[in-house]
Amino acid sequence: MGIISSFLLAAAIGVLSFGYRTKREVALGLALGILGASVILAALDFCTFASDAESTEGVMGVGLAGAFAWMFGSGTKAILRKQEAAGLGSGEIRTGTFRLGWYWPWLLLLPTLVILVFFLYLPAYRTFTLSTKLTRLGAPRVGERCLSNFSELLVPSPAVVVALPLASIGLMWGIGLWHNRAEPGSFAHGFSGAIRPFGIVIFLFAIYYIFEDVDGGYRQIYFNTVIVSSAIVVVSMVAGLGLAYLTYGYVRGIMVYRTLLIWPYAISPPVAGILFFMMFNATGGIFAAVADNWFGFDFPDYARNATLARITIVLASVWKLLGYNLLFFLAGLQTVPREQIDAAAIDGANSFQRFRKVIMPALGPIAFFLLITNLTYSFFDIYGTIDFLTKGAPAGATSVAIYEIIRVGVDNGDLGRGAAQSVVLFLAVIALTAWQFKQSEGRISYGSA
Amino acid sequence: MAAHDHHRGFSLHVGKPGLIKGRTWPTHLGLWIAMLVILFPLLYAALISTQTNAEIFRFQLTPGTGLGKHFDQVWNDRALDRLMWNSLVQATIITVAKTVLSLLAGLAFVYFNFRGKWLVFFFVLITLMMPTEVMILALFRIVSDLGWKDTMAGLTVPFAASATGAFLFRQHFANLPRDLSEASQIDGASPLQFLFKILIPLSWNVIGALAVIQFVFVWNMYLWPVLIISDQDKQVVQVGLQGLQTLDTGLSFGPLMLAALMVSIPPAVVFLALQKPFMAGFALSADK
Repeated sequence: MGIISSFLLAAAIGVLSFGYRTKREVALGLALGILGASVILAALDFCTFASDAESTEGVMGVGLAGAFAWMFGSGTKAILRKQEAAGLGSGEIRTGTFRLGWYWPWLLLLPTLVILVFFLYLPAYRTFTLSTKLTRLGAPRVGERCLSNFSELLVPSPAVVVALPLASIGLMWGIGLWHNRAEPGSFAHGFSGAIRPFGIVIFLFAIYYIFEDVDGGYRQIYFNTVIVSSAIVVVSMVAGLGLAYLTYGYVRGIMVYRTLLIWPYAISPPVAGILFFMMFNATGGIFAAVADNWFGFDFPDYARNATLARITIVLASVWKLLGYNLLFFLAGLQTVPREQIDAAAIDGANSFQRFRKVIMPALGPIAFFLLITNLTYSFFDIYGTIDFLTKGAPAGATSVAIYEIIRVGVDNGDLGRGAAQSVVLFLAVIALTAWQFKQSEGRISYGSA
Repeated sequence: MAAHDHHRGFSLHVGKPGLIKGRTWPTHLGLWIAMLVILFPLLYAALISTQTNAEIFRFQLTPGTGLGKHFDQVWNDRALDRLMWNSLVQATIITVAKTVLSLLAGLAFVYFNFRGKWLVFFFVLITLMMPTEVMILALFRIVSDLGWKDTMAGLTVPFAASATGAFLFRQHFANLPRDLSEASQIDGASPLQFLFKILIPLSWNVIGALAVIQFVFVWNMYLWPVLIISDQDKQVVQVGLQGLQTLDTGLSFGPLMLAALMVSIPPAVVFLALQKPFMAGFALSADK
C-alpha cells in the first residue's frame, strides 16, 4: 500500500520536475522518478513500510520517495541544461575519434568506474542503509531502528519539523518572486533585494528549531557548525580580499611578498591546529604569558571557555585558508581591465565607488567559488584542526557536524547513529550543491577568464 | 560539492600589474605588517621548538637550548622518519594512480564515441558532489570488510580515481588539434601508443599541476588514516603528530612544534619548487 503510493507519487513528481513537453521527456521523467524512489527506499531496506513500522514512518517513507524523485528529476534536468549551455552533449561528435571495438573506451574507463562504484557510490548507498540500523563497530549483530535514528535528532513534533522549513523556503521564494516582478528602480525592488539575504538567515533559524534541544541534542551541534563555518567563511573571505587588494599593486619585491603570504596554504589542518594550540595555550602560550607578565591578568583558558574555543578554531582555519583566498582574489583582480578602473577614476569615482562598481562585479564568480570551497573546508577539513585544538571541548561547544559523526560513530562505536548524522550532513551538501547550480545558472556570468 | 564549473587557469601573471604611482612605502609597510601577522604562528613555533619547558614557562624570547634533544626525541624515539616515509609512499602511489587513471579516462572521453557516453560522463560528474567525509563510516566498514585495515591498500585504493583529474584531462585533450589523432590513426597507432607518444608529451604542464595538488592533498590527509590505520608502524605523518602531544615528561611543546614544522617542509618545498604549475592548476584543486 505504502510502497505503491510512493511509486505513484514518485512517478508523478519525476515527470513534473523533469518535463513533459515530449513523449521522450515524459518517459525519462517517469523513469527518473521511479529510480529516485527505488534508490532511497531500497537503501532504507523498505523499513518504513514494514509491518511493524509506525504510521508516521510510513508517511515519511512516501515523503522521502517523493523528495528523491524530485531530486533525480530536477537534478538531471539542471545538469543536462548546463551541458547544453557549455556546448557539450550532442555537439561532441567530432572527427579524429578512434573506430575500434566497442569495448575499447569501456576498458579505458573501467578502473576509474570500478573505484568510483566501490568507494563512492557504494558507501553513499550504505550510509543510508546503516542509518536505519542499530549496529556497533565490530559487532555482527544488527537491530532495526528504521527512522528512529533520525527522529531522535529532531524535536518530537512532526508538525514543527515539516512546517518550519517549508514556511521559510516559501518566504525566501516569495521574496525572490517579489523582487523579480517589481519594477527595477522602484522601492519594492530595492527593498525586496535588500531583505533577500535575510531569507537565508531565517531558513537557518527554522532548521535550528527543528533539532532536538534537550541536553546533548543535535541542536547544539547544528549551532556550532553554522556559527563556526559562517565565521570562517566571512572572515577568511574579507581578509583574503583585503590582502589581495594590498598585494595587487606593483612594488619592488611583490612576488616575494605574494609567495610568502600564499604558501601557508600548503600547511595541513592538523598543523594549523597545533600552532594555535601552542599560541593560545593557557600555561605555556605566548598570549597567556604576555597577559600575565605585561598586563597582569589571566588569559582565559580556551579548554574551559566556549567562546574563546570557537574563536581559536575559527582563527586557525582562517589562517590556513587565507593564502588560498588571496591567490584566487588576486587572480580575479588581475582580470579587471586596468582601463576600466582608470576610466572610472577619470569620471570622478572615488576609490570606494571604483571598488563597488568596477571591481566587485568582476570578482563575483571567484567570490562564489571561494564561498563554496571555504564552506567545504569548514565542514570537513576542519576535523584535523579541532582534533588537535579542542577535541570538541568544552562540553561539546566546538563539536561540529563532522566531528560529532566520528565521535558517535567511531569513538562510541555506534555506527547507525553516526550514519544518520552523516545523512543529515549529506542533505546539507546536496542543498548547497543545488543552490550552487542555481546560482551559476542565473546571475553570475563567467566572463572569458 | 566541488569546483566542477570553475576549471579556469588562473595565474599570478595574468593581466597587467597595477602600477602604483608616487610613494610606495605605505604599501611596503602594509605588506610587512601582513607578513608578520601571517608568519607569526610559524616563527613562534620555530622559537618554541628550540626551548625546553622551563625556558618556555620563563617566557624567554630568545632561542633556547633544547633543539638537539627535541630532534632526537622526534626523529629517533618517535620515528618521525618512518611516519614521513609512509606518507611519502602513500602520496606517491595515489598521485601516480590518479594521474594514470585520469589520463585513460580523458582518452576515452575525447577520442571515442560510444553508446551511453553521456551517462558515464554524468556518473563521473555526480561524484564531484559526494564528499568522502559524509560517507566515511560506511567506507570504513567496506574497506575493513575487504581486510584492508592497517594496509597501504586501505590508505590508497579508495582514492586512486578522480573525477577532477578525468575532467581536467578531458578538457585539455579537447583543446588539442584533431589532426593529431587522425595522423596517428593513419600511421596505424593504437590508442595507447597515441597516448604515450603524442598526448603525454603535450600534457606535462597539466600532469605537473595535478601531481602537485594531489601530493599536497594526500600529505595533509588526516581523517581517513585516523580511522583505517591503528598500527603505529604503518601510520602516516599527520596522525603521527598525535603521539607527540605528550611525551614521557608530560606536555611536550618543543618537540611537538619541531615535528609540526618538519612535517610542513615537504609540501612547502613542493609548493615553492613548482609554484608556477601549482598556481596555474590551482583552479582545479577541488578536493579529490
